[in-house]
Amino acid sequence: MPSMHPLWQLTAARFREFLREPEAVFWVFAFPVLLTCALGLAFRSQGRPDVIAGIMAGPAAVTLEQTLTKEPGVRVRVLDRAGADEALRHGAIHVLVIPGSPVTYELDPSRPESRVGRYVVDERIQAAAGRQSAVPVSERLVSVPGSRYIDWVVPGLLGMNIMGTGMWSVGFSVVQARTRKLLKRLMATPMQRSHFLLAQMLARLIFLILEVGALLGFARLVFGIPINGSWLTLTGFCLLGAVTFSGLGLLVASRAKTVEGVSGLVNLVMVPMWIFSGVFFASENFPDPMQPFISLLPLTALNEALRGVMIDGVGIRALASQAAILSSWLVVSFVAALKLFRWR
Amino acid sequence: MPSDTSTALQCSGLVKRYGDVLAVDGLNLEVQRGECFGLLGPNGAGKTTTIEILEGLLAADAGDVQVLGMRWNTDAARLRQRLGIQLQETQLNDKLSVEEIVRLFRSFYTQGPTVKAVIASVGLESKRKAWYSKLSGGQKQRLALACALVGNPDLLFLDEPSTGLDPQSRRQVWDLLRGFKEQGKTILLTTHYMDEAQALCDRVAIVDRGKVIAQGTPLELIASLGAEHVVSFALREGVEVPGDETLRALPGVRRASLHDAGGTLIVSHLHEALPALLRAVAVPDAFTLLTTHSATLEDVFVSLTGRQLREE
Repeated sequence: MPSMHPLWQLTAARFREFLREPEAVFWVFAFPVLLTCALGLAFRSQGRPDVIAGIMAGPAAVTLEQTLTKEPGVRVRVLDRAGADEALRHGAIHVLVIPGSPVTYELDPSRPESRVGRYVVDERIQAAAGRQSAVPVSERLVSVPGSRYIDWVVPGLLGMNIMGTGMWSVGFSVVQARTRKLLKRLMATPMQRSHFLLAQMLARLIFLILEVGALLGFARLVFGIPINGSWLTLTGFCLLGAVTFSGLGLLVASRAKTVEGVSGLVNLVMVPMWIFSGVFFASENFPDPMQPFISLLPLTALNEALRGVMIDGVGIRALASQAAILSSWLVVSFVAALKLFRWR
Repeated sequence: MPSDTSTALQCSGLVKRYGDVLAVDGLNLEVQRGECFGLLGPNGAGKTTTIEILEGLLAADAGDVQVLGMRWNTDAARLRQRLGIQLQETQLNDKLSVEEIVRLFRSFYTQGPTVKAVIASVGLESKRKAWYSKLSGGQKQRLALACALVGNPDLLFLDEPSTGLDPQSRRQVWDLLRGFKEQGKTILLTTHYMDEAQALCDRVAIVDRGKVIAQGTPLELIASLGAEHVVSFALREGVEVPGDETLRALPGVRRASLHDAGGTLIVSHLHEALPALLRAVAVPDAFTLLTTHSATLEDVFVSLTGRQLREE
């Protein structure tokens, strides 16, 4: 006989409902893993992208093609005039080489990869013609875990996922119970209201263990994402983030009467944070006057804390302000949600 | 002490206003322990508002409510444990099974039958593992009843227990409710079906526009018409309908009401009234409709308000 405590029964009911909803399971578990995978593949060789050079078709093209493809890092396409123009416009080639004397490079200087391509191609052609370096040089290529884009983006994805699951799982299930008159039916039993709300949180925390486990496990296994700080601090911030965003989910769901209504509110809260809070690109890209506001957003605080722990390996003391920002959002959203909440 | 009194529920001077609309207008009720009491009235009469006030889900603007000798503002927690409630239009969790839903509701009550026994009492044993979304309308309604019964309540509130069900499912729900009545439970139900009130209720209050307009056993209410039969008729176009006075003067007719091309007679002696009506019309093939039935609560409602219970 399973425990008959109402809190346990409510939590189990919520958890079962979630697991039996294939779409929810996809968005919480599979989607972030797929996104990580896609971003990891797209940016896998970010330190050394290939140069794509076009060669104008002609008698000298064959020799030049052999010269340029001798070493890795340069890909070559032989094109006629019209094809070359189109390829340049679309960025399908970074630079066009027209053999002759002089050799002519055609490129769009506003594209950084084109300017790099011009110098890489020129270096090859000059070396093949016998030019020696005046000063001997050597280079060290840095591609250690912790400095790649994927290392930077995974904590952001984790933060985004904690936000999304928290807001959707709580907001959606509460509003659905309201529209189905299930909330009202529960009010007609001796159930304690606090048990209902607490069960939403508890079920949320069970999903959290699973979703953080899936995403971090995948990112570590496949991309070797480092976790330089303490696991305990990381766990603490995941919990704090999850509870904070559940509180926001409860707040947006406190009055909404329809699922459409709450969806709009959830997006209204989340979309700006996807953009401003440094999920896919650093929030420092926004102008300085905006920075104080951006840093007060809960997802900014969570992402900074997760990156601090995972990449920089700093402890809780260095992340006190982030913890304070998240806690404030937690308290404010809960108090407001409980004040506004409609049970009918 | 609540358990000494024979009154299960009592309310007086109940008023509930929604903006300008007066949903409940000074309503009084008294329900005895062990009886099945019905609030009968058309949609929008204020039945649901009334029952939700009695259930402690809505606050009244004025009036006094006592349930099992207790009051909502002082004894809510204790009262909740002793009531079984079934609301209109509740949809339970689609992706939980019958057993999981009953267990969830059972966990809220300190005492009551086992989950298995409750499921058996509404005849859903074979559906124990089925998800709510896979149940038929009748099965959903029986599950809703099971959820109302998990705390072994002293008083059962049922809001439109058979609305939207097919005839066979209705019979099943009625049989279940008769079973609970036999266990001595008090039931307060609302319905807009006069046959449901007649089949289940010991006493009925007819509610219209937020007020009780008649109260008594179904038989008493029907007897108040002073007649046992109702004759309805309609005449084809061009045939003159006899006047009010003429009809009322026919032998065996107590009351008559006319509408468009026909009328309704409330009749004490059918064998006298019917031939008399045929003679009074006396045009060959004049009747397009001529039916008789035993008087029902519906006729009581019509004679009190001049309107049908179920207005489409």
